[in-house]
Amino acid sequence: MSISIEQRRQHRLMTIEKSLAKRHRKENAFRRMGLMAVITGMTLVAILFVSILMRGVPAFWQATFYTDVYFDPDIIQLEPKPERESGESQFAFDERYSQWLTRAGLVNWQTLIDNALEEALGEEVEPRQLRDLRALVTSGERYALRDRFVEDPSLLGQTIELKMLASANVDVWIKGNIDRDLPDARQQLSAQTREWADRLEEQGVIRNAFSTSLFLNTDSRSSLASAGLAGAFMGSLFMMVVVIALSVPLGVSSAIYLEEFAPKNRLTDLIEININNLAAVPSIVFGLLGASIFIGYLRLPLSAPLVGGLVLTLMTLPTIIIATRASLRSIPPSIRQAALGIGASRVQTVFHHVLPLALPGILTGSILGVAQALGETAPLLLIGMNAFVANVPGTPLEQSTALPVQIYLWQGNELRNFFEARTSAAIIVLLGLMLSLNALAIWLRKKFETRW
Amino acid sequence: MKKHTLSVAVVAGLAACVSTAAMARDTIQIAGSSTVLPFASIVAEEFGNTYAEFNTPVVGSGGSSGGLRQFCQGVGENTIDIANASRSIRSGEIESCAENGVNEILEVKFGYDGIVFASRLDRAEFALTPEHVFKAAAAQLPQDGELVDNPYTRWSEIDSSLPDQEIVLVIPASNHGTREVFEEKVIHPGCDTVAEVEDDACNNLRGDGRIVEIAGDYTETLARLDAQEDAVGVFGLSFYDQNRDRLQVATVDGVTPSLETIGSGEYPVSRPLFFYVKGEHLDVIPGLAEYTEFFLNEMTSGYGSPLEDAGLIPMDEEERAEALEQFESRTVATAE
Repeated sequence: MSISIEQRRQHRLMTIEKSLAKRHRKENAFRRMGLMAVITGMTLVAILFVSILMRGVPAFWQATFYTDVYFDPDIIQLEPKPERESGESQFAFDERYSQWLTRAGLVNWQTLIDNALEEALGEEVEPRQLRDLRALVTSGERYALRDRFVEDPSLLGQTIELKMLASANVDVWIKGNIDRDLPDARQQLSAQTREWADRLEEQGVIRNAFSTSLFLNTDSRSSLASAGLAGAFMGSLFMMVVVIALSVPLGVSSAIYLEEFAPKNRLTDLIEININNLAAVPSIVFGLLGASIFIGYLRLPLSAPLVGGLVLTLMTLPTIIIATRASLRSIPPSIRQAALGIGASRVQTVFHHVLPLALPGILTGSILGVAQALGETAPLLLIGMNAFVANVPGTPLEQSTALPVQIYLWQGNELRNFFEARTSAAIIVLLGLMLSLNALAIWLRKKFETRW
Repeated sequence: MKKHTLSVAVVAGLAACVSTAAMARDTIQIAGSSTVLPFASIVAEEFGNTYAEFNTPVVGSGGSSGGLRQFCQGVGENTIDIANASRSIRSGEIESCAENGVNEILEVKFGYDGIVFASRLDRAEFALTPEHVFKAAAAQLPQDGELVDNPYTRWSEIDSSLPDQEIVLVIPASNHGTREVFEEKVIHPGCDTVAEVEDDACNNLRGDGRIVEIAGDYTETLARLDAQEDAVGVFGLSFYDQNRDRLQVATVDGVTPSLETIGSGEYPVSRPLFFYVKGEHLDVIPGLAEYTEFFLNEMTSGYGSPLEDAGLIPMDEEERAEALEQFESRTVATAE
């Protein structure tokens, strides 16, 4: 009898041990799979970041000329900058000044650059080589010279050391982004220009210097090396202002109403389902809607950040409503009961007790929604924001592009050798903005977090 | 009550702000062909830099058809002023323009562009004729007196002089003006050499994946060539020119495309480039006439100009004068 019990015990133990080993194996396998999934994900993200950084970071440094430029009075034949005389009306002065500006624009600033380069090369450049010479410095620098002179006409007759951006193709050549062994016919620059560029680099006239042009300039097509993000940045900023000003108050108040005050009935159920559905609508649909309503019907201007902001608001609203409702729902009912119990009205309960506690969640949700809107491209293409704009917009009604659209536009630029790096640099800027927004969201959540 | 007044004031202010902006746009708005886009953008920028009193025009893309569709949406501040096109306007488009009140369509021709066939630099060289391209692209070809589905899979099967390479042809989709020129200057002449294929069947291209249509711009075509290394792509000459370190160009009828051969008309696949100005906007949008004249200036689009550097084939003196004269006399475009 006792043996039989012992045997059964043994048998049971064996069964347990066997199944235990199997369970452990299963658990380990599951853990390994989970770990593998995380590692795969992290590796992909790492590859993405490393490849973007590797391509993009060098673009923040650009081949730059450090040369002495002589503001030759023989070339700049221009009367002194007009000063407003006493008794002269503002209008008359503006007229006179604008005429002076036009004449300043007609000065052959390019010759100043040509002369400076000749000086640096230490050789006489024949007229037939002028084209090769002018391929060295990016064409926008002549306007930079003009603007500098207009600002400070006392430069006339002086020689000052200036930084000038090399042309996009020289930058590509100096950085080795084009195969240097390719035959002449396959090179972008003539043999003469290449030789000059190499010589000037040896002399230290061309240096690879950190360039602010990416941040301070607007997009450019005629002077590719000076193409920058300033216009797109302002466009994005205006859009975000519109999005925040409209979607946060609208989204948060509708969420509060739906969660705290609205009766539970068929209608509110329907509204809830629709909001959830709206959150899943592809962004391009909002673009089509925006194009037909804001531009076609309300006749708002094309390519304007205001319209972009309105479209992105529509897109962000459901996200904010859902996040706000979730964070209101996570507040324990005891808080509401306590407030109501000591005689607070429902409005007081919500605004004095529930909302402050839900704030971190609402802020996080709103910021993530806005960050998503910042990176949105597709709807903007449909309202004409994918245009080439060379002005920095001063108001939300002026034409503009946006950062993600600028990335899309640069990605499509013909001069692949130069713009592949520049596109990645723009991506780094955009990612940097996104990461700081997300960091802000995390920081706010940590700061206002309450535990109970 | 106070709050109520405030919100009314805000709304009214916003509405006023919107309506004044909608009343007085002072920046020229352009859209259209992606072939013309780089040229128009350069001119826009130079224009903005040269004339202190005008804003830099805004240049959008969307293809020739997309641009003309926007152009024909009507007259008013929220419609575009200029449509860029790499083909001339069609009669249907003139009609739809007229329906929406756009009657004064001023056509401005500003230069030429070549269409080239290019392949990856590390692949075989091509010497094509329209006949080769048609035979590679057609949906149906005659065989033993009967029309059958295109049997060719390798270029060498079409002509022994061509490389023994898979046939993959990357062409622009129909939203591009380039497509029309491709059909007119390559497919149709090629089609004429094959008597059995009827004229209206010429444009039927094979649908077995060997013809890849690209709705985006040339960078997308280039990316396609990186993915399918055997592919031959259709590009604008200016695009090829700026990517000579990656692409090699095919000759057509033995002629290598270049500024000279296209300018002289020796290279067969070229087309004029246009932009269309909305006459109704000329006195409304500041700088519209100046922009057009600036564009047609020898310094902007002639020999040695920034546009030539960017790959445009300039018009000669006579044509330039004619284009300018046509614009200045406000000659309204008619369909050919």
